[in-house]
Amino acid sequence: MADKNNAPLIELNNIYKIYYMGDEEVRANDGISLTIHKGEFVAIVGKSGSGKSTLMNIIGALDVPTEGEYFLGGQNVGEMSDNQLAEIRNNMIGFIFQQYNLLPKLTILENVELPLLYSKMEKWDRRERAMESLDRVGIKEKWKNYPNQLSGGQQQRVSIARALAGNPSLILADEPTGALDSRTGREVLDFLRKLNDEGNTIVIITHDNSIALEAKRVVRIHDGKINFDGDVKDYARII
Amino acid sequence: MLESFKMALRSIWGNKMRSFLTMLGIIIGVASVIILVSIVNGYMSYTVDSFSSMGVNQITVNFMSLPSRTIDVDEFYEFYEENTDLFAQMTPNVSVSATVKHGSDTMDRTSVGGYGEEYIDIKGYEVEYGRNLLYSDMVSRQKVALIGAYVASELYGSSENAVGEEIKLNGENFTIVGVVERQTEDLSDFEDGCTDDFVWIPYSRAAKMSRNATISNYTFTSYDIDDTDACTAALEDFLYEKMKSDDFYTVTAMSSLMDSLNEMIGMMSVMLGGIAGISLLVAGVGVMNIMLVSVTERTREIGIRKALGAKKRVIMEQFVIEAAMTSTIGGLIGIVIGGMASTGIGKLMGIDAPPTAMAVLVSFSVSVGIGLIFGYMPASRAANLNPIDALRSE
Repeated sequence: MADKNNAPLIELNNIYKIYYMGDEEVRANDGISLTIHKGEFVAIVGKSGSGKSTLMNIIGALDVPTEGEYFLGGQNVGEMSDNQLAEIRNNMIGFIFQQYNLLPKLTILENVELPLLYSKMEKWDRRERAMESLDRVGIKEKWKNYPNQLSGGQQQRVSIARALAGNPSLILADEPTGALDSRTGREVLDFLRKLNDEGNTIVIITHDNSIALEAKRVVRIHDGKINFDGDVKDYARII
Repeated sequence: MLESFKMALRSIWGNKMRSFLTMLGIIIGVASVIILVSIVNGYMSYTVDSFSSMGVNQITVNFMSLPSRTIDVDEFYEFYEENTDLFAQMTPNVSVSATVKHGSDTMDRTSVGGYGEEYIDIKGYEVEYGRNLLYSDMVSRQKVALIGAYVASELYGSSENAVGEEIKLNGENFTIVGVVERQTEDLSDFEDGCTDDFVWIPYSRAAKMSRNATISNYTFTSYDIDDTDACTAALEDFLYEKMKSDDFYTVTAMSSLMDSLNEMIGMMSVMLGGIAGISLLVAGVGVMNIMLVSVTERTREIGIRKALGAKKRVIMEQFVIEAAMTSTIGGLIGIVIGGMASTGIGKLMGIDAPPTAMAVLVSFSVSVGIGLIFGYMPASRAANLNPIDALRSE
């Protein structure tokens, strides 16, 4: 990675995302500025409709802002073509989705290999990296199984393994515990914290304050604007 | 690339029923193209064969009416002798309407004709007993006859017994000098008017019998079918020089008759091929339809793949390869079925109709092409899906 130690990993400058629903203008993101450094553990929290999902799409390079600048690791993502965005997602971002989003017709190993396949890694390298990644989340022995043969918690671990496989600069988790019971949800959160302790940058998107409290820094979105950005202890005090 | 092929195979295998139904269109289309083309081809070579057994290298000269200016037999023979490099055989033809009798036995439908000594070679027959008509028979207008096996067996009991016997044509006695070997294979075809029911006499004698000194019909043969054009031209030059007008004769080459027949069959084959081609087109639309359904069904999958970094080209490739593979597999099955069916149908029709390499090659590449072309639209739709919308779909 080219980023220097004190240069921010993520830098959002006055981001606007505006949709039109019929004649009505919807400002999903209404001037958001946000800086996240390498090694941070940030929770972006907000009610549904607050614009947090739109923000996640922009941070995740799935979408580009209507206005404003977005730098990820020093690169201007806001001006990239579809293919360049795909490359950024592939190289720099590990996604963890609420619904795991594993491909049901591929084995666990193949699912984890998928991002590596798209970065054109050689077959044996790919296999080795994917197995390592599965080992890290502790379900190496299930590599031959298909997703529907695994429990929800196991599937989410596979999706974490998939996110880790490409050794991304940023792990972006969208409601990672939303589909899990509280005990397995707990496990996933502990695991994310462990990853952060190992130096990974993690951003969680959630509507749930109790989950936001697991992070080290909280950013609250309301009506497309940031109305809180600070340490988790300060956030705990105001809710 | 290799991964895309594997993925495509897996997806085809994963939806067996649907894949099979998609392929069915291609299978029927390809099989019908192969069957039609092979049958038409087989039929074409069958007609060529039957034409060549009739003498595909024959050229016939026919005088319309008999004008004052005529060409006599000797002039024709002279011309023939001068052009032996072009012509293999020639004979005058004189048809005689004669009653054929031996004692009290009469033959009703026997064809009687006067020919030269080379006629038997033109027909491709062999003398079984006795001898052929000779040049000397022509010169001296001998009352001799060469007869077919049917006449021999009807009038004399067998071919062997006929040689040396007398036969009455319009009351004149002819001596049978030879019997031609039997030509009909089936006993049921060995009847009145069959190919073995004939009497040949020297043309000079026949001309005398018909009370017409000039002979109005000649048959020439060329050494090779390819020479017939040159032969026809030489004959026309010769005739025009003698007659000073081309109104009084026609020169007809069998090969040109065959050419026009083949042209007709060829046109039929293009037409039938076109109809079969339409069914291939319909099959292609079927492939497109299924691929569109498949894209819609797999929107979420496409979204996941894109989120994980799949570029447009990769998604495109995946769907195009899947479509091409479906139609290729269909095409291969179609070729196998078409090949077997055309051989089978050919047997039923009594012709030899193996699938031609050309038909196989063309229908194979067409089926691959259909997959590529009709897979393109759904694939580009998949490739251009917005990952966010795709991820959101259920």
